[in-house]
Amino acid sequence: MVENRPWLTVVSHLVLIVGIAIVVLPLWVALVASTHTGRDLLSAPIPMWFGSHGVDNYRQMLTSGMEHVSGQPLTLMLFNSLVMALSIAIGKIVISLTAAFAICYFRFPLRMTCFWIIFITLMLPVEVRILPTYEVIANVFTPLTRLLELFGFEGDEIVIAGLSIRLDFSMLDSYTGLTLPLIASATATFLFRQFFLTVPDELTEAARIDGAGPMKFFRDILLPLSRTNIAALFVILFIYGWNQYLWPLLITTDPSYVTVVMGIQRMVNVADTEPQWHLVMTAAVLAMLPPVLVVIGMQRLFVKGLVETEK
Amino acid sequence: MAELRISGVEKVYPNGFKAIHGIDLDVPDGEFIVLVGPSGCGKSTLLRMIAGLETVSSGTIQIGDRVVNELEPADRDIAMVFQNYALYPHMSVYQNMSYGLRNRGYPKDAIEERVQKAAGILQLDGLLDRRPRQLSGGQRQRVAMGRAIVREPSAFLFDEPLSNLDAKLRVQMRVEIKQLQRRLGTTSVYVTHDQIEAMTMADRLVVMNAGVAEQVGTPIELYERPSSVFVGGFIGSPSMNFMPATVEPDGRHLRLSDEARLALPVEGRRVEPGRPVTVGVRPEHLTLSADADSALAFKIVLIEHLGADTLLYGSASSVEATGEGGGLLTVRWSGHHTPPAGEVIRLAADPAHLHLFDAATGRRI
Amino acid sequence: MIKRVTFRHKWLPYALLAPQLLITLVFFIWPASQALYQSVLRQDAFGLRTEFIGFENFADLFADPTYLSSFHITLVFCLAVASISLGFALMLAVMADRVIKGATTYKTLLIWPYAVAPAIAGVLWYFMFNPSIGINAWILRTVFGYDWNHTLDGGDALLLVIIAAAWKQVSYNFLFFLAGLQAIPRSLIEAAAIDGASPLKRFWTIVFPLLSPTTFFLLVVNVVYAFFDTFGTIHATTNGGPAGATNTLVYKVFNDGFIGLDLGGSAAQSVILMIIVVSLTVVQFRYIERRVEY
Repeated sequence: MVENRPWLTVVSHLVLIVGIAIVVLPLWVALVASTHTGRDLLSAPIPMWFGSHGVDNYRQMLTSGMEHVSGQPLTLMLFNSLVMALSIAIGKIVISLTAAFAICYFRFPLRMTCFWIIFITLMLPVEVRILPTYEVIANVFTPLTRLLELFGFEGDEIVIAGLSIRLDFSMLDSYTGLTLPLIASATATFLFRQFFLTVPDELTEAARIDGAGPMKFFRDILLPLSRTNIAALFVILFIYGWNQYLWPLLITTDPSYVTVVMGIQRMVNVADTEPQWHLVMTAAVLAMLPPVLVVIGMQRLFVKGLVETEK
Repeated sequence: MAELRISGVEKVYPNGFKAIHGIDLDVPDGEFIVLVGPSGCGKSTLLRMIAGLETVSSGTIQIGDRVVNELEPADRDIAMVFQNYALYPHMSVYQNMSYGLRNRGYPKDAIEERVQKAAGILQLDGLLDRRPRQLSGGQRQRVAMGRAIVREPSAFLFDEPLSNLDAKLRVQMRVEIKQLQRRLGTTSVYVTHDQIEAMTMADRLVVMNAGVAEQVGTPIELYERPSSVFVGGFIGSPSMNFMPATVEPDGRHLRLSDEARLALPVEGRRVEPGRPVTVGVRPEHLTLSADADSALAFKIVLIEHLGADTLLYGSASSVEATGEGGGLLTVRWSGHHTPPAGEVIRLAADPAHLHLFDAATGRRI
Repeated sequence: MIKRVTFRHKWLPYALLAPQLLITLVFFIWPASQALYQSVLRQDAFGLRTEFIGFENFADLFADPTYLSSFHITLVFCLAVASISLGFALMLAVMADRVIKGATTYKTLLIWPYAVAPAIAGVLWYFMFNPSIGINAWILRTVFGYDWNHTLDGGDALLLVIIAAAWKQVSYNFLFFLAGLQAIPRSLIEAAAIDGASPLKRFWTIVFPLLSPTTFFLLVVNVVYAFFDTFGTIHATTNGGPAGATNTLVYKVFNDGFIGLDLGGSAAQSVILMIIVVSLTVVQFRYIERRVEY
């Protein structure tokens, strides 16, 4: 710093340490609680140092879960969360890359219309369209049949070349339903668009002279150049997917599709009794672990992703 | 190998701006032609039209015996070296050089052979596994050249390829490119805004100004007989001196001012007396004179030592120079023993090296 | 907007855009238009007849004291979350910008809460404030003599979700404040020091004004976060209670629509939320266009 005042530096360190203590306290409490028995946590003050039942708690939660609430082992919930997080992250990246490529590298009729349609998704989070979206998930063909009705066709069947197709397909309680509707992404499309605009035009020209068509250019030049951006975005989107809450709450009723983040809610909200806190905290630690490890392990990519998606 | 024929080529942008006003140019097989001009003169646009990176508004471009107007860049059998090299940053030198061949489905061993050969010519042998960012500016430049020559195209197109290098390296690469082109004998079109680069490299050069080819010719033709004030001022360094003058009634002399007269060159004797002209004389053609009658009184204002010779800047009595010197005339003085600043010397111009231009149009008389 | 150098192809760009557009149309645009449509309809109890009623659903909403109180709660909640997490993060960022030793360790220890799901964040603090065994509730009781009970006291419950929501957002704000601070040229601070400004004075007269673009940006982001992303925090802990004390607009739209199955009313609430998001997005984008700059 500008002047050398040791006491200022000491104060800075002190403030940081106290701040970090406040920030870390919930994690500490959860970790400690997850190593005790339910009996240890019955009366205040609860212990602030580790107990000896950690292994038992984690084993129980991972293998059989909490019997009286749905009774799903956490392994299954963690697996569901992983599927959801990975599908959302990869799906968003793939369709945003191609969309951004089309918008940046081609001139075609309705280009700006497509851009604005994608832009609008920014303003329509799940929270503002809960019921109608549920309706669509319950039958994905709802928009189509309603439109057909408008044009005088009745019913939910169409006949094409003698084949009758029932327009009824539900995505409730499925991985498709958990992920597909969430992979549209204006943010990711904008991020890639922003990045593509910084790629020198001469590279495209050189590739054209070298005989590369659009898809070859996309695969050989643009994708490899986007590598760090893709990785950074992946970190952010993985966390986003893992932490989804309202969406799985809406479209899953079958316990075998419960994700870990929403599963904890059922363990906490037990009727007329105190939750089994030692097991709840075990579950909470397990639910936090994957995304927290991703953030800490890929700190540089994470920071990059965070900053870039906000541009 | 092929000749390049450009006939009546024009470029009009969608916004109505006309960048190229009908250019005709024949480049015989194996020639090194340089397009030179100030920025915005249309030289890069013309090059990019030859490459197929810009559409041609009217006229035709022919490479060999094919009209290529509608062909994709990849199908024109040309290779291009870009100003910023446009190397693919994520590919090794080898991959950069072979990418075009791979896209055209050449067999592996043929690619290997061509890349190795090009690497040998360009002294890139040890660098084939490096990435572009691990290379120096000069090495990147060579890789860009290598990418062009492995293709063995009909024509090379260069878009200001040396402008990102420092001055010393630029001179070195200038020589290398020229030698390489001689050796391969490939028709080349080279765009630059640097007239020294243009003069030293070109077999012939095209001086462009505001979308028009002002003059086409060998470096010496352009130096000796510039067709306009623009070409005269653009070619040669330091720049030509220009002064307004009128032809005297005797038809044999030019009057610069009341005190200053210059003898007309032989070819200028056809100029009718009384006509206002712009007279151009290069700094190296102004010499000390004892003849008080036909000489300029030149007052030295500033002296620049270049080593082998010296530049003198100064004003001539009541003569208003209109060239680059900001109202001052420039004289190239061989050696470095010059009169001190402030002194007045008398200068004469060799009539054989006087250039006369129409005062209104700037065209050579 | 578009590259100078483009490719020509008849159908390829549409094929590349198709997945994104299809998902957007089916799962975003269609449901949103349905919400708009249903907000002006009334359905009878059996879902057999619907009639057009204009803005009656909206009029009903604004005549409903629980909706108005939900509006009020949301406002308090957003402002509290934003100011607590911004203030705390700014203080930590300023300190982290000062220290050289251990800066990366501090940073790592401060950014991980970003990865914690809002619902989990809620559960962690719900546990720490648990009236009978929570460590925080115990400290409040034994040290300050305050009987914390978020299951009965609405104020306590609101404070609980505010703290949980703000805690999670500190990481994000900290990172952006730190980046903003590090972007301020050292020479400016040095010039101010030579002009005789004390560290505190330098902060308020030089650093804070130069940081204002970051602050404003974060303010908008935090309000959006508090508005929409904290559903899990509330749903996993207080369930909007006690007696509606933590019933924010987003929680209410879920509760009335998905649980209470009030089609028209919930659609009208959705439309109001949409208007709020649109205005927040507009503010955010106008800010990006003309950043507060010097």
